Amino acid sequence: MLSYLMRRLLLMVLTLGAVSLASFFIISLPPGDYVSTLQAQAESRGEMLDDSVLVALRARYGLDQPFFTQYLKWISNILLYGDFGQAFAWNSRPVADLIWDRVGLSFFLSLSTLLFVWAIAFPIGILSAVRQYSAGDYLATFFGFLGMAVPEFLLALVLMWVGMRYFGQSPGGLFSPEYQDAAWNLGKVLDLAGHLWLPILIIGLSGTAGLIRITRANLLDELYKPYVVAARAKGLPEWKLLVKYPVRMSLSPFFSTVGWLLPGLISGETIISIVMSLPTTGPLLLSGVENQDMYLVGSFILILSTLTVIGTLISDLVLAWWDPRIRHRYQGG
Amino acid sequence: MLMQSEHTSPQADDFDPEAGRASPWRLVWRKFRKHKLAVAGAIVMLFAYFVVAFAEILAPGSPSAVDERHTYAPPQLVQVDLSWDNGVQLYVNGFRTERDPETFEQIHTIDPRQRVPITFFARGDSYHMWGLIPWDRHLIGSADPAQKVYFLGTDRAGRDVFSRIIHGARVSLSIGLIGVAVSFVLGLFFGGISGYYSGVPDTIIQRIIEFLMAIPTLPLWLALSAAVPSDWGPLMRYFAITTILSVIGWTGLARVVRGRFLSLREEDFVVAARLDGCGRGRIIFRHMVPSMSSHVIASLTMAVPGMILAETALSFLGLGLQSPAVSWGVLLQEAQNIRAVETAPWLLIPGVAVLVTVLAMNFVGDGLRDSADPYKQ
Repeated sequence: MLSYLMRRLLLMVLTLGAVSLASFFIISLPPGDYVSTLQAQAESRGEMLDDSVLVALRARYGLDQPFFTQYLKWISNILLYGDFGQAFAWNSRPVADLIWDRVGLSFFLSLSTLLFVWAIAFPIGILSAVRQYSAGDYLATFFGFLGMAVPEFLLALVLMWVGMRYFGQSPGGLFSPEYQDAAWNLGKVLDLAGHLWLPILIIGLSGTAGLIRITRANLLDELYKPYVVAARAKGLPEWKLLVKYPVRMSLSPFFSTVGWLLPGLISGETIISIVMSLPTTGPLLLSGVENQDMYLVGSFILILSTLTVIGTLISDLVLAWWDPRIRHRYQGG
Repeated sequence: MLMQSEHTSPQADDFDPEAGRASPWRLVWRKFRKHKLAVAGAIVMLFAYFVVAFAEILAPGSPSAVDERHTYAPPQLVQVDLSWDNGVQLYVNGFRTERDPETFEQIHTIDPRQRVPITFFARGDSYHMWGLIPWDRHLIGSADPAQKVYFLGTDRAGRDVFSRIIHGARVSLSIGLIGVAVSFVLGLFFGGISGYYSGVPDTIIQRIIEFLMAIPTLPLWLALSAAVPSDWGPLMRYFAITTILSVIGWTGLARVVRGRFLSLREEDFVVAARLDGCGRGRIIFRHMVPSMSSHVIASLTMAVPGMILAETALSFLGLGLQSPAVSWGVLLQEAQNIRAVETAPWLLIPGVAVLVTVLAMNFVGDGLRDSADPYKQ
């Protein structure tokens, strides 16, 4: 197990290196560098930037040097000082501050969505496997396909429209206008809860659809194995038989999704957040992309990929802890 | 395609006396046919591509024709008039136009007293069929060319939503096919190398795939499309977006191909061919590729809807294709603002087109996957 862990960690470091290189490659894709964009922007506002400032900025990011030196400078700034560069569309605020501001709500949204997905998908998946080809199973299957086929943003638009038209809800955002700038109090929390269910429902729906399919397929693989038949023949009560072994086996996708929580911290379901104007990190990423604010975008890619890689590792470790079969496969070497 | 018939298992013979003689593709088709939803999906899919081929004739008007007098006009439903004197007559109701007393905006409502007759092969906007043959007939349209009709309403600029959906199908449905074709070539190449040779090339390619999969898809697409210069024309953008989508798309396919190669390599008939002294090329192309093609086709079908959804999402955010190009995502961009949706809910109808197509393709892919291996009982 230890050697497996070491090998995975080593591999992770290598992957992260490659990811960071790719992120920086994306940053440097658009023509023109950061400082000349900054200069052009200042000129369009009728301001002149001091030459010494420009020179200092160029030196800081190593913009006159070759690609690889620039990359080394960028990555060492991040690793040593947590400096991701500046976002020029936001008055040159540090990228790290901008992202950090929005992490709280993004995380809250991801976590509650994941819990929602588990709570819905797990029972439905089990039920539709145990009662295969029943009306309920067909309903779940149909719902699963539908959930995978609907573009999330379309669902968001339709539900917002319905909410506005028939329930008089204020569209988008996480707070009613009167609570927007208020300090945190009970009223604001209740208001947040009143707004939050819709994004959770929408984001959760496609994930739920996929997870129902996986749970059903996994459980169906287990249900007809000889050990289940043997247990049934020995007179084990049906529900105990079900919960104790096959369900336990089919749980593995739930552990694989734990890893999604980490990137969800930052990504916060980009498209839905944009459509519903939620104050998460999604709209920030979009604005970065629209303004070709490449330090912001590149940092997003880097942070998200890093979290995905770490999340996957955690998932795999949890899975190995949960499922002895997986654990034994790695014990050899 | 006969090479597999001798591998038919004895159970299959009990089950179906013809299985031993029928070709593998015939067996696949027989199994596919039993999957009712998949057959229905296949019919919808064929219809969609038929619409793509004949968009100019099928659409009642030009997708870019602007009608300033009828902005945000509501859909006009086709109605049937059955009377003894005139026989069957199709018509739609005309508009009554008022001005909002506060905002001075024009508001169109359906006026049940006005009737605009509808005919088949109506004269309308002229076009060049497939860019070659000039014509001005449309499958269905207003009998009077001066009086336009809008079956699914109009958008902000008074453009016909129905015609735009039909023309948008061209881009939306082809981007999926081309994207998948590119991913297919990449996936088959790398997956094939990885699966057949294994060892060092396999390790390298697997690490590359894992690396590409580690980058979250949507932010990567966003970042790459941010890097597409904004002064590129619609055609260049189209290919840029397709390439961006395929960069991610091929990894899944490569895994499928590799897995198939790995399992096929140990199959008796491949071992037998090798012992018989077949060359490597002949083993791959004559023995292995045909027996995995049904699986590959199934995974390809599963990949197309993903591409369509991705293009829709990117264009919806304004980062994929942009007007004047017409795709379903571009059309949905009109509905990005909830206020616009409130004024004109029919702007969401392109989303229904996306939904139906993607659903149909998923069903077909599911059916193909289930029937890909006709010898499995």
